[in-house]
Amino acid sequence: MATISETFPLKVRDYRSNSLWRLTLRRIFKQRSAVIGLTLLLTLLLIAAFAPLIAPYNPNQVLIGIEPVRARQAPCIHLLGCPADQPQHIMGIDGNVRDQFSRVIYGARVSLFVGVTTVSFAVLVGTLLGAIAGYTGGWVDNVIMRILDVLLAFPSLLLAIAIVSVLGKGLINALLAIAIVSIPVYARVVRASVLSVKETQYVAASKALGGSHLHILLRRILPNAIPPLIVSATLGIGTAILDAAALSFLGLGAQPPTPEWGTMLGQERNQVFTAPHLVFYPGVAIMITVLAFNLLGDGLRDAIDPRLKQEE
Amino acid sequence: MVYYILRRLLSSIPVIIGIMVVTFVLARLIPGEPCRAMLGEKATPAVCERFTREHGLDKPIYVQLAIYMDNVLQGDFGSSIRFSRPVTTILIERLPTTMELGLSALLIATLIGIPAGIIAAVRHNSPVDVITMVGANIGVSMPVYWLGLMLAYLFAIKLQGTPFWLPPSSRLDAGVVSIPFYQVWGWQVPPGTTLEDILQFISNFYVFNSLITGDWAVLGSAIKHLILPSLALSTIPMAIIARMTRSSMLEVLKQDYIRTARAKGLRRQLVILRHAFRNALVPIVTIIGLQVGTLFAGAVLTETIFGFAGVGRILFEAITARDFPIIQAFTVVIAIGYVFINLLVDISYTFIDPRIRLE
Repeated sequence: MATISETFPLKVRDYRSNSLWRLTLRRIFKQRSAVIGLTLLLTLLLIAAFAPLIAPYNPNQVLIGIEPVRARQAPCIHLLGCPADQPQHIMGIDGNVRDQFSRVIYGARVSLFVGVTTVSFAVLVGTLLGAIAGYTGGWVDNVIMRILDVLLAFPSLLLAIAIVSVLGKGLINALLAIAIVSIPVYARVVRASVLSVKETQYVAASKALGGSHLHILLRRILPNAIPPLIVSATLGIGTAILDAAALSFLGLGAQPPTPEWGTMLGQERNQVFTAPHLVFYPGVAIMITVLAFNLLGDGLRDAIDPRLKQEE
Repeated sequence: MVYYILRRLLSSIPVIIGIMVVTFVLARLIPGEPCRAMLGEKATPAVCERFTREHGLDKPIYVQLAIYMDNVLQGDFGSSIRFSRPVTTILIERLPTTMELGLSALLIATLIGIPAGIIAAVRHNSPVDVITMVGANIGVSMPVYWLGLMLAYLFAIKLQGTPFWLPPSSRLDAGVVSIPFYQVWGWQVPPGTTLEDILQFISNFYVFNSLITGDWAVLGSAIKHLILPSLALSTIPMAIIARMTRSSMLEVLKQDYIRTARAKGLRRQLVILRHAFRNALVPIVTIIGLQVGTLFAGAVLTETIFGFAGVGRILFEAITARDFPIIQAFTVVIAIGYVFINLLVDISYTFIDPRIRLE
């Protein structure tokens, strides 16, 4: 006796494979820019993680007396015809007679750290403020948002410079300054999504079931804010790295001898006419890192934006 | 409309007051006494005490704030501690420099960004589109100061001796002097008056001043010196404008009325420019207005690299030197500029899209 399923072999669809996360992931991998961004980012992460293996020298090692090199010597690459008896320095020697390539490699660590920590801090504080403002409404909302408006009214770099002046120079203070400056962006994103779902029926249902404010906010409302938050945070990391490098360039961020790209650029900027390689490479490194986050952020936005679903 | 503008101006007052208070407090929080920053570490306590009293820095901070607000309402921003000159005079010198730089950067950004965005949208997914978008992505990722240095190296060193050589610093060639238009025209302006200040302010826009007085040598020199910094400053806004134009145009080009217009047999160019672009313009204008902030932040870096004595640089120097009056006055002016430009953008909506009514 045949069972029903044997008589009518139905192809059972695996509904789990179409879960929201899988769909999103699949859409992310369809985005060319996201894939390029992700590849770049993974490469950078590997470079940062294995910096001691990749860099031929210690980034802070002064080569005077160790090798026959002089300050700001142009790059020497054996493959491109540099005599074999000279030590190879593919990005040249910096003003303090150190290997520029090793410093650029180690710089990846600083910049990735800067980007991720500042944005994490800003996202945390911004989410808290935005959620409170959006959920509570009324005068609390008004006060929080007006204060953030004042923060937004300053050009962000100038405000960051002012905050660093108050806190004192240094990488950590620069991080804090950039984080403070970028709080309003995340607060607004969160507040907007809180406002958009606050009055929906499922929130009302949760309320009727006796859900506490905290439960409703954390389990019912905030998950809606996560997709736009991920997108703006990814794009924000790029901006944070750019701003931190700018602060360091002005001498307010990472202090020498930290191998930070902005600091390296700032220290040698007056030598651009005589030793352009010392300015060129750190700048390219900043650009590639920022580009990686921007591409990934753009790709994520296109993948997460529900309006694009219809086109598929 | 008039009512709307008035209401907007009124509602921006609290924001501006907030900015004044924040700047005031923030400026006072900067550690280190202005006395020692100005007179050096070796200043004796007696000298320092007199300095502090002269600048009113010995009073409680809320009294200082009240005095400051009162003075500002009378149009007096005080005197720079570092330069011992009225802040208003410094503003008159510096603001036009930055505005000229910012405006030319914005002009370049718009003139290249919008057409690039339109072409990318019209030829969606073509190589032109891909190249434009890759370019735009690289544009927003580039550090302004790095691009500035590289442009300076390329044009001032590598292209030396060719007609493409461009100067890497300052606003005019050595020996070239821009004479204010009111002096050229022989106007009798009583010195030390507000009228003189205003005329001086206008004439510090070198390009404008030399254009109306017909001084072509100054005009050429000013433009030559302006090209590299504006180019460096324009990249980020250009990239953002191009991206916004593209996505806004893509949205509009999908609409039914575009298909109708094409079906009617209208010329392609006409459909793109008259039917599509005009309707895509609102978000583009919004994003152009928002670029002013980017420009001000970029001006700090660009002016440092190209040796421009502008607002960005003086603010940076004032913050590090604790020159309170300068910090306060310049931030307030920038904030007012923000408010004004946002208002201008909102008003422009009514001209772009007659359906939008401001009430």
